[in-house]
Amino acid sequence: MITTDIAIIGAGPVGLFAIFETGLLKLRCHLIDYLPQAGGQLTEIYPKKPIYDIPGFPTIQAQELIDKLLKQAEPFKPTFTFGERVESLIKIKDKDFIITTHLGTKIHAQVVVIAGGLGCFEPRKPEVIGLEKFENEKGISYMIIDPEKYRNKKVVLAGGGDSALDWAIHLSNIASELTLVHRSESFRGSPHSVNQVIKLTEEKKIKVLLHSNLKEVQGKKMLENVTILNTKTNDVEIIQVDYLIPLFGLSPKLGPIADWGLNIDKNAIEVNIQDYSTNESGIYAIGDINTYQNKLKLILCGFHEAAIMAHSAYKYINPGAKYTMKYTTVSGVNSF
Amino acid sequence: MENNITVTIANSAGEINLEAPNDMGLNLMEFLKANDYEQIEGTCFGIALCATCHVRVLESFPLLKKQIDEEILLLETLPVIFENSRLSCQIELNKNLTKIKILIPN
Repeated sequence: MITTDIAIIGAGPVGLFAIFETGLLKLRCHLIDYLPQAGGQLTEIYPKKPIYDIPGFPTIQAQELIDKLLKQAEPFKPTFTFGERVESLIKIKDKDFIITTHLGTKIHAQVVVIAGGLGCFEPRKPEVIGLEKFENEKGISYMIIDPEKYRNKKVVLAGGGDSALDWAIHLSNIASELTLVHRSESFRGSPHSVNQVIKLTEEKKIKVLLHSNLKEVQGKKMLENVTILNTKTNDVEIIQVDYLIPLFGLSPKLGPIADWGLNIDKNAIEVNIQDYSTNESGIYAIGDINTYQNKLKLILCGFHEAAIMAHSAYKYINPGAKYTMKYTTVSGVNSF
Repeated sequence: MENNITVTIANSAGEINLEAPNDMGLNLMEFLKANDYEQIEGTCFGIALCATCHVRVLESFPLLKKQIDEEILLLETLPVIFENSRLSCQIELNKNLTKIKILIPN
């Protein structure tokens, strides 16, 4: 069990700056992020893009900003759990929290700060009759974690993006039968992958069904058949399968946080603008993941929210304690 | 008006016409969100990452700026797309357009 004062969900710019602001108040932070490194979308999606609206920096590259925020947070010795998604949150003793990740890591904290940005990227699901019945190890997966699971199995992959093509190539030597279902007449992924899929199709290692959509899935307890509709001819084909893997990309969603009893409006967490607290005492939401009247989804607004939150969290953790705000220009930064 | 684009949104009940400015650097996703079209989520704020602003362009499709690779590849991952599918965040509302007609898929 990891024990900390504040658990911050999300290690993007706002989560990182929250380490600094809470550190000035002598509070320790542990950050959890589904991504394998700090920086959130700045590092993952646009590290080389210039940002123009960070006060004091006429222009700064996204990754450079993250590097500076990590440096700024360093004196307060933050700890991190990367590559794990927060699954559950339990309140204990009416005050403290236990957070559990999908890999079972547990974090005990007095305050939880959600700085999750866009949220978690979750697989996009096609609209197919009966799909839910076979989720959770009953034949349908939306991502491939261990390809060996499909050894000598009959597999249908659906999708036309790079991910579908790359996995089709990889599984062609593993599955006993592999069918790739794609709705249009050609693939627009990377030419190298497309050529490889064409070659493997000629070698009969992959069966490709173009102009085709998943229509229905059937089975008793486990998935047994997938019905495919050819949208050009309207012919229907039923394929016997062990596994169906729809690969239709990822879409950002709140994920399990949506089930924590917090007030949510349009995929964002409602907060009190006095201190960016949620409707659950001890839980705050800062940055792009929160919403309030006149909210601006800007990094600089998230920094402001982090500072206000820090002072409120201090009072929550130390009820009755008096604290006079000190300026770093006067007292400097006293590291842990 | 000289600085406006007529944005027609078609749905099963008929059509709605809205006027959008062509000189404010808006994209269609931002305009639709500002007009409370909740189906247009625009979760990634317009960087062609999430495909939650997918629309079908019924008129003026050829006048739109060519798709960037990111948009093409992202549309390719969606379960259902059409020949006239675009991500509305990639449609600039500028002086090249005087009108555009769209349908927001369910």
